[in-house]
Amino acid sequence: MKTKYLHAFITATLFFSALRFVEHYSTAGASENLAAPKLAVSADTGNETRVIGKVTLSGPAPADPIINMATDPLCSKMHPKPAMTEDVVLGPENAVANVLVYVSEGLGNHTFDAPKQPAVLEQKGCQYHPHVIALMAGQKFVVQNNDPTTHNIHPLPLNNREWNQSQAQGVPPIEATFGREEIAIPVKCNIHPWMKGYIAVFKHPYFAVTGKDGAFVLKDLPPGNYTISAWHEKLGTLTQKVTVAANQVSETKFVFESHAAH
Amino acid sequence: MARRNAIAMGIAARSCLFVFLAAPVFSQESHIGNLAGEVGRGKKLYQRFCIGCHGEQGDGRGENAVYVDPRPRDFTTGTFKCRSTPSGAIPLDTDLFNTIGRGLYSTAMPPWLPLTRQQRADLVAYVKSFSPRFRQEKAESPLEVPPETPASEDSIDRGRELYQTTIKCALCHGKEGRGDGPSASTLTDSKGMPIQPYDFTAAKRFKCGQSDEDLYRVLMTGLDGSPMASFSNSLKPEQAWDLIHYVRTLQPNFHSRERNAKSNQLAKTTVKDRSPSEAKEGIK
Repeated sequence: MKTKYLHAFITATLFFSALRFVEHYSTAGASENLAAPKLAVSADTGNETRVIGKVTLSGPAPADPIINMATDPLCSKMHPKPAMTEDVVLGPENAVANVLVYVSEGLGNHTFDAPKQPAVLEQKGCQYHPHVIALMAGQKFVVQNNDPTTHNIHPLPLNNREWNQSQAQGVPPIEATFGREEIAIPVKCNIHPWMKGYIAVFKHPYFAVTGKDGAFVLKDLPPGNYTISAWHEKLGTLTQKVTVAANQVSETKFVFESHAAH
Repeated sequence: MARRNAIAMGIAARSCLFVFLAAPVFSQESHIGNLAGEVGRGKKLYQRFCIGCHGEQGDGRGENAVYVDPRPRDFTTGTFKCRSTPSGAIPLDTDLFNTIGRGLYSTAMPPWLPLTRQQRADLVAYVKSFSPRFRQEKAESPLEVPPETPASEDSIDRGRELYQTTIKCALCHGKEGRGDGPSASTLTDSKGMPIQPYDFTAAKRFKCGQSDEDLYRVLMTGLDGSPMASFSNSLKPEQAWDLIHYVRTLQPNFHSRERNAKSNQLAKTTVKDRSPSEAKEGIK
């Protein structure tokens, strides 16, 4: 009789501890679907695909204000012509630079290895180069200071851990990684408040950042239907549906409206 | 007999399983020296003392939160100001324990010294339970604080150079340490709320402890969630001490501190220099 009670007690205890266990790890959210198939990212599958396009702005170009770097003469000295904010950077024919173009839907549960080479963010002339940097979760992120002054690198993520490291002149590069996808993490220097940039973290390798020609290329997507997004820090986000077929080039265009900037 | 054995086996097997499953539950504890804090007790204390500001979910959105500036800490992100661990890392249990006992000067967070050490340890365990980071991340080793260098005039001069020119402290904290540097008005915390750099000339107490070692820790690990960065890779230990020696000269009670230190020194040397018989006479 006694053993029966003991049985019941142990079973009940087990049940509750199991419940708490599940409760614990269901909130963790860090582990991706481990059973998901891994896609090899290379052109040797014989299914070479390409999504190309251009990002432009319709309507009047927003004014690019001048940055006043007077508070740190070490910064202002590096700019014989005053530096401009990089809120909206336009190229010829209203092409928009610093736009993140990426696959936002259609990859399912596939997982991808992060590239071995690091993504390098440079501090030069008391500005970030590039202004928008894109990398994969788990990829090495390196920050260099090529200025004769002290900066602090302060990413402000919502879905990754926040850190804030200073980097004086001549200090070796700072190395970090971001564990989770996040589009996009603002990064700033609190010492020089005009220094603003963005770090975009993806869980797949199908992304690009436009240059002054507004052009982008997404290579080697497996054939299928996708949603492609274009994100700009001031102009917002646009999306397009794209069908990718083997050995074909798909072309798409993104046109931002300039009133969105005001 | 066989039935007995089967029962015993069953119990043994389930006990093993129980130990395995129960392990994460135990990881919710806190350890401060010999004290072990417990989540259940911590929860009761939290609901009595902390919930009003920090909120039921620990997200810093309690009933009183809107009236409090700076806003109460959001425990769900696992980001804390006063740490002995590197920037970006979760704090040690003792860091949280010390913050609860010390309070955060110039904020609405009082020192919770009326609570026993056991109660504060229990609260640490419960506060940790709000962020999954404490279960997912391994504790990083705390910053080592090397022996302090002498606070000489030379050290203060070197510290002044770092503060005013090289490390750019003055851009936020101001030339005279009044927290009014040219970048000060642009600063926000990680939640986007305006935040003021510390005014060394007004306040006599610091947020994360009053000793030079505490200042060393703040300088080298930063105040996460605020614009104050970790300077661990920009400053050598002796430079950090130089900076601390200079910052001390900006404080309102610096001269009295200095005088006290000098008179203490004087008292020590006079006692030591005198012969035992003279010292005796002196005492008379």
